[in-house]
Amino acid sequence: MNAPEQMKQFRHIGTRPIRPDGVDKVTGKALYSPDFKAPGMLWGAILRSPHPHARILSIDTKKAEALPGVKAVATGKDLPTLESLVMHVGEGASDIVDISHNCLALGKALYEGHAVAAVAATSPEIAREALGLIAVEYEELPFVLGLEEALAEGAPVLHDTVFTKGVDPKPDKPSNAAMRVEMGKGDVEGALASAAATVSGRYTLEPVHQGYIEPHACVASWNGDGQAQIWTSSQGHFAVRSLTASVLAIPQADIRVTPLEIGGGFGGKTTIYLEPVAMVLSKKSGRPVRLAMTREEVFRATGPAPGAVIDVRLGADADGALVAADVQFLYHSGAFTANDAGAGVSSAIGHYRIANTRVVGTEVLCNRPAAKAYRAPGAPQVNFAVESAMDELAGKLGIDPLDLRLKNAAAEGDPQTSGLPWGRIGYVECLEAAKAHPHWSAPLGAHQGRGVAGGYWGNYGGPSTVNVSVAEDGTITVATGSPDIGGSRASMAIMAAEVLDVPYEQVRAVVADTASIGVSMVTGGSRTTFATGMATVQAAEEVKRLLCERAARMWGVPADQVEWRSGAVACLAGEAQGQTLSAAAIAGRSFHSGGPIAAVAALSAQGWLPGFGVHICDTEVDPETGHVRIVRYTAVQDVGTAIHPDYVEGQIQGGAAQGIGWALNEAYIYGENGKLDNAGFLDYRMPVASDLPMIEAVMVEVPNPAHPYGVKGVGEVPIVPPLAAVANAIHAATGARLKDLPMAPDRVYAALHPQG
Amino acid sequence: MSSTVYHAPGTVEDAVALLSADPTARPLGGGTDLIVQMRSGRLSPGAVIDLKRIEGMSGVRRVGDAFAIGAATPCTALKANAGLAAAWPGVVEAANLIGSVQVRNRATMAGNLCNASPAADSVPALVAAGAVCVIAGPSGLREAPVEAIPVSPGKTSLAPGEFVVEIRLPPRPAGGGDAYLRATPRTEMDIAVVGAGVSLVLDGEGTCTAARVALGAVGPTVVLVEEAGAALVGTKLGDDALAALSQAVQAASHPIDDKRGTVSYRKAMAGVLARRAALIAASRAGAKA
Repeated sequence: MNAPEQMKQFRHIGTRPIRPDGVDKVTGKALYSPDFKAPGMLWGAILRSPHPHARILSIDTKKAEALPGVKAVATGKDLPTLESLVMHVGEGASDIVDISHNCLALGKALYEGHAVAAVAATSPEIAREALGLIAVEYEELPFVLGLEEALAEGAPVLHDTVFTKGVDPKPDKPSNAAMRVEMGKGDVEGALASAAATVSGRYTLEPVHQGYIEPHACVASWNGDGQAQIWTSSQGHFAVRSLTASVLAIPQADIRVTPLEIGGGFGGKTTIYLEPVAMVLSKKSGRPVRLAMTREEVFRATGPAPGAVIDVRLGADADGALVAADVQFLYHSGAFTANDAGAGVSSAIGHYRIANTRVVGTEVLCNRPAAKAYRAPGAPQVNFAVESAMDELAGKLGIDPLDLRLKNAAAEGDPQTSGLPWGRIGYVECLEAAKAHPHWSAPLGAHQGRGVAGGYWGNYGGPSTVNVSVAEDGTITVATGSPDIGGSRASMAIMAAEVLDVPYEQVRAVVADTASIGVSMVTGGSRTTFATGMATVQAAEEVKRLLCERAARMWGVPADQVEWRSGAVACLAGEAQGQTLSAAAIAGRSFHSGGPIAAVAALSAQGWLPGFGVHICDTEVDPETGHVRIVRYTAVQDVGTAIHPDYVEGQIQGGAAQGIGWALNEAYIYGENGKLDNAGFLDYRMPVASDLPMIEAVMVEVPNPAHPYGVKGVGEVPIVPPLAAVANAIHAATGARLKDLPMAPDRVYAALHPQG
Repeated sequence: MSSTVYHAPGTVEDAVALLSADPTARPLGGGTDLIVQMRSGRLSPGAVIDLKRIEGMSGVRRVGDAFAIGAATPCTALKANAGLAAAWPGVVEAANLIGSVQVRNRATMAGNLCNASPAADSVPALVAAGAVCVIAGPSGLREAPVEAIPVSPGKTSLAPGEFVVEIRLPPRPAGGGDAYLRATPRTEMDIAVVGAGVSLVLDGEGTCTAARVALGAVGPTVVLVEEAGAALVGTKLGDDALAALSQAVQAASHPIDDKRGTVSYRKAMAGVLARRAALIAASRAGAKA
C-alpha cells in the first residue's frame, strides 16, 4: 500500500522483472569465491589453535618447508607490526591490529580455531600434510567463555592493552570489559517505583552464526613490483582492499580486488580473514595462492553474532502508557573488541515513547571467535528481551499486546534513544496493518498460541560510486561498487530505467572491481538500494542531461529547446521541432559529437531512515515433547518504497527464517574444554525448509522523503522481531515464559515439566 | 600421503576376498556415512569395496511373505515397494527419516546398521520387527539378528572379511503392526535424540499377543527392551499398560548428556515415543487384523 502522500505512478519501480544475474545463478555458471582458479595457483591451508587460550612459545616450520611441493609457510611474524588504528568499513569498526592478529595469531592464540600458521603447496593434500609438520609449542592458559565469568574478579584477561572504552575516568587496569555504552534520560528508578505495573526479567542468548552457504575463500597474487590482485566474494571489495592494504601496510591502489559472486554474508563478510595470509604466501612463493575455509573452519574461526545476558525492567501506568525502561546487557565480543553494543543500545527501546530510560551495553572479551556483524547487528538480542517484557506487561495490564504497542509507538518527531527526533518512520502503520491482518484474528487450534513483536533497525546511507554509461547502440550499463547480495543489480537497473524511461532490459547493471569504479562502502547496513540507488539515480539523471545536450547540439538548437520524453530527446523548436532522437541515435553519433556519454556519481548518501517491522507468529507446542512447530507467520514491514517487491519480500522472509532459527535451535555449544562441539550444519541447527511455514510478507510503504524513489533499507529489520514473536507465541500456547534462547525442545520440555 | 583404492567387485566372493585382504578396507553401499567420515579425516581406509555391482545387492526381493532387502538398496526404494511398505510401514518410515531425500536416494539400511550409531533411525524399527541379517564372510554365509550387529558406537560384531549381504524381514504376522518415531529438534536433516520402534500383534479381541520394543540413542547401541514388550502382552494397550511400557522403557534407557540431548530429556522422550509408537502400531494392527 502506498502512503497517500506519495501516490506516484511508476513505470518500473514496484515491478518484478527477472534479475540480471539470475540465469547464471540458477544454471550454476556464476563464479563464487571457492570456484575461482588462477594459472599456476597454489593451494593454501591454515593451521589453527587446538586451545581456547594459549601462549605461542615457538613455531617450527622447517619440516613443513622441507616437504616436497610446499612453496611457502607463513606465521604471524610475517605480517608487519602495526600501530593501532580503528578502521570504519561499515557494520562496525575494528582496530587494524586486531584484524591482523585475527588473520594470524601473534603471541597468543585467543580461541580454539585461531589461525596460527599457513602453508601454500602444489596440492591441497600436500598443504594439509604440511600443516601436520608444523610444530607449535603452546603454553595453555586459563580460558573464559561466559559473559559474567569473563567480568568476574580473577578471570583470565585476554588483552593487557584493553581498558574499558566509554568509562570516565579510564580504568586503572585492563579487563575483559572492552567497551561500555550508555544512553538515557529522566529518573528511571523513581518512575519504576511509582509505576502502576512493572515487569522485570533476565534474558540470555548464545552466540549464533550467520550461516552463509558459501565459505570464505580467496585467491591472491602479489607480484614482485608490489602490485597485487585478489579475487574473492565479500560484502565490500573496497573494504577487502582497504583492510588488506592496511594489514600489509601497502598502498591501496596496488591491490585490485575483483568481486566474485557472494553466496550469503548477512554481515559476516564485511571483514577479512584470509586475504592478507594468501597475499603473504603469494609473495613468498611468487605464485597465486588460494585459501578456502571448510565449513568447520567457518564455524570455529569466523564471526558469530554475540550471545548476551540482558536485564530488563519496564514500568507503565494503569492505562498502559510506558513510564520507564531500564535495559542493561552484556554482549560477547569474542577474542577482539567488537561493537554490537552501541547498536544494541540504540535499537533497544527507541520504538516506544518513554520519558525515563536507561540503556547500558557492555562488550565482553572472551575466548571465542571474534564477534562479527549479523543482520541488524546487536538489535535482535536486546529486542528479544524488551519485546518479551512488553508481552508480559500486556498480560499484567490485561491489554491486547498490539494495543499496548500502538499506545506507546514512536512516530515522526518523537525522540529516539539518542534524543534526536525520528524522521518519517512507519511503526504505527505497521502495527495498524498487523492488527487489520486476518492472521491477527484467525482462530487457533489445540496447543497453539499467537505471539507478536515489533522492532526496528536504524539502516544506513554512506559512500557509493556509480558509473552510468551509454553504449554506442544506446544500451545502458550501470556499474556500481556494491556487491549484489540481495538483488541490487536488478534494483539499480530498475531505478536507472525509471529515470531514463527506457525498457528494463535496455539497462544492465554490473558490480565493478576496485580498479574500475570509485570507492563504495560495504553492502551492509541495509544501505545499498538506498545509497547506491541514490548514486544510480543521480548518474542516470546526468546521463539524461548529457543526452539532451548532445541532441540539442545535433539539431543546432539551444539546450533548453529540447526535452526528455518517453525515453528519447524531443526537439521543441527550430527546423527539427517535433523530431525525437533516441539514446541509440545520439550514442551512435557520440564519437563525432563530443565523445562517449557517461556520468559518475560519487556521493555519501544522507537522509536514510530506519525500518520497522511487526511480526505475528503462531506456534503449536507438543506438551509431551516440548517440540515447537511454527504454524503460521506473518511479517509486516515498512519498506519505504519496494523497488523490486520480490526481493523485498525475499529479504523479509529470509530475515524471519533466520530469526526463527535463532529463537528455536541455533546456538554455539561448547565442551568443558573450551572447544566448539557443533562446528557443522548437522548439530548447528539452522531451520530447514520443512521447519517453516510459508512466511507471509506484508509490505507497508511509507516512503522516505529524502530518497528520489522513497527507499528505506529492508534487509536487516526482519531478523529483529522473530525472537520475541516466537517466545511470546510459546507463552501464549503454554503459559511458560522462556527467557533463554534457543527454545529447543529440551528447554521447552523443562519449562513445561519443572518437576522433571 | 595415504591413498585409498576403489574396488567394484562383481561377486560376493570377490568382495569377501578384497575385504579380507586389507583389514582397513570398508564396504561401500550408499556412502552417506563412509564418504563423509573419509572427508572429515575420521576414517582413512586402504580400500573401498563398492557393493553395488554385485547382483542382488540392490532391490527388495519377496521370499514367500517375507522380504529380503539387498545391502545396497537405497532407502527411497523401500518406499517405492508397495508390498514392503504395507507389511512393515514402521521400518520403511524409519529408513525414510534418515537425512534428506537426496541422502536417502543413496543411503541404505545395511549401511545405517553397520555404521553402528546408537541413533541410527532404521535400526530400532528393524530390531522391533525381528529382522535378521545375512552376512557373507571368509567361511561362507551366516545369519544374525539385527540387534547382534552393533556392539558400541562405530563398532560391529562383524569379523574381518565379513559384510552384510541382505536384511530379511519376516512375513507380517496376522494382526501385526509396527511403527517408529524419533525426537529431533528439526523436521529433517537431523539425528535422533531418541528413537523408539514398536512391533506388536493383536488378536481378534484387540489383546496384544506379542510385542517387541527397541530404542535408539539411549545407550551405546540400539537396545531391544524385552520388559517393555512384555508390559504390553496380554493387555489391550490401556493406560496402565502404556504407563508400564513407558516405565520399562525409561528403566532400560541409559543415555548420556551431549550436544544433542540431556539424560533426563532423553529418558522422558523414550517413554513418550514408545507409548506413541505403540498406539500407532496398534492402530495399524487393528486396521489389518
